[in-house]
Amino acid sequence: MSVAAPAQKKKSFWRRPEKDYVHPYLGGALLGILLFLAFFLTGNGLGASGGLNRMIVAVQDQIAPDHVDRNSYLLRMAGGDKNPLDDWIVPAVFGTIIGGFVSGWMNGRLKVETNKGPNISVRMRWLAAFGGGAIMGYGARLARGCTSGQALSGGATLSLGSWVFMFSVFAGAYALAYFVRKLWR
Amino acid sequence: MAFPLPLETLLGKPLMFVVFGLIGFAFGYILEISGFGNSKKLAAQFYFTELTVLKVMFTAIVVAMVLIFIMVGLGVLDYNQIWVNPTYLWPGIVGGLIMGVGFIVGGFCPGTSLVSMATFKIDGLFFVLGGLAGIFLFGETVPLYEAWWNSSDYGRLTIQDWLNVPTGVVVVGVILMALFMFWGAEQLERIVGKRDLKKEPRLRVAAAGALFIGALVVLFIGDAGTAEKWGRISLEKEAALLIRQVQIHPGELLHSIGDDGLRLVMIDVRPEADYNLFHIEGARNVPMDRLLDLAKELQASYIPNQVVVLMSNDEVAATQAWKTLTAESVSNLYILEGGINNWLAVFSAFDPQITPTPNLPGEERIRFEFPAALGSRYEASFPDPHHWKIDYTPKIKLEVKRDKSGGGCG
Repeated sequence: MSVAAPAQKKKSFWRRPEKDYVHPYLGGALLGILLFLAFFLTGNGLGASGGLNRMIVAVQDQIAPDHVDRNSYLLRMAGGDKNPLDDWIVPAVFGTIIGGFVSGWMNGRLKVETNKGPNISVRMRWLAAFGGGAIMGYGARLARGCTSGQALSGGATLSLGSWVFMFSVFAGAYALAYFVRKLWR
Repeated sequence: MAFPLPLETLLGKPLMFVVFGLIGFAFGYILEISGFGNSKKLAAQFYFTELTVLKVMFTAIVVAMVLIFIMVGLGVLDYNQIWVNPTYLWPGIVGGLIMGVGFIVGGFCPGTSLVSMATFKIDGLFFVLGGLAGIFLFGETVPLYEAWWNSSDYGRLTIQDWLNVPTGVVVVGVILMALFMFWGAEQLERIVGKRDLKKEPRLRVAAAGALFIGALVVLFIGDAGTAEKWGRISLEKEAALLIRQVQIHPGELLHSIGDDGLRLVMIDVRPEADYNLFHIEGARNVPMDRLLDLAKELQASYIPNQVVVLMSNDEVAATQAWKTLTAESVSNLYILEGGINNWLAVFSAFDPQITPTPNLPGEERIRFEFPAALGSRYEASFPDPHHWKIDYTPKIKLEVKRDKSGGGCG
């Protein structure tokens, strides 16, 4: 956790005092209630990577619509006059970004910084973040969902595949954690 | 009122998107206050110093699970109408392992990286950019192995279906497993992370107890059978039967057969002997005791323009089947008015081979005589839709219950 500078105690509109994170069980309970409400009201759970996917496909569809029409995976989202952004997950993703921003602002955690382990350079951390992001993005689409769309949503509705998926994620991360400990320890 | 709500019909698209935006807002907010915008907090999970990820994720899953299945058990929420991620076993396992690698190298998962970026963390921004690149790469390379990507498809497979036990048993089991994992996580934090567990709030023990009681409630309510599900909707649906909203004229069925805009599924619930004697071309014989399997199949194949028409010799058996399938939330479901007997009365008039025997006593008997069991090779099995001009009151209306296209991660 980044150490809050004591000089920041002065309260201004943008620099509010940094608050502690909530207790994990409380955060989890709130998240669970939200997940339940999402299913209860809309029938859908939560998601993230699907929304990013649709944004990319929207750009691809603008630049090379013929290419999209020849790829059956992309076609499903943007074929013909289908608008890839016309899906519930897109407003949900924008909402997530705004929600994160508002919380960061209200709790004094809006800060330009790079969180990293003590033994690597900032540039190395950026590189790892980009590479890890690319691996994660690829895997998330391969698995038809990310931590939110598969593990949380499918976990709560007792989808067998989602539970298998969830344990695979933890297995993959734990298997590699020792070898990349330099990044974090 | 039945949940989930048909939001698009209820609010229109723009307002529906506002609702999803608000849900997303709360999602981002909660992730942020839980510390998920901070990659160090996330990565600590994998070095056993701080198991916040596991605690938040599993608490969220079990809280949502207990609430969902209490509501399902009480009949307020229709489990058939909520999105359950389909199981593609091997792509899920391989994708999950790859994601795990990305998680430990990059320090985020897609949702948390958005929150991190939104709070100006540069590593979060790089992760989001990397994620977009990975997603792009997937779209470009999946055609190379699309057959495998679509393999080991088990459809909507739930743990309770797989183990063939009541939902409540799985819910109790998951709660016990989660509580054990929370206990283990805290022990690891104490040993590896040198955390003083005495400072943890005592309330968490009470919360664990509440969750367990919630799971017992799910177990106690039990899974609703078809009869119970029918009981909850019978008032409204009996009325639809009574005012003959769902009984379609043979002429409308014939028209639908010729309508390329519909995916018509004809289900013939008569005994096999009658079916072999005569049936409409394209109709499937499904005995009454196989209707529950059929319901699952129809839900899996659901698209908004799928129309299901049930038929028996008269209407009695078809109406019974209609009630069963309606209770199991199959949509766009209709009955052939007057059954096969009525169909034959209209379409076999000019076929000298088929002779009516109208005075047979009892119900659900075929009131025609046939020279041989020719199945669907009689001319009355496949009348030409363009040839017959029949007057009828059209009753088929496509009802869109909700947009099922999206699902967990779109």
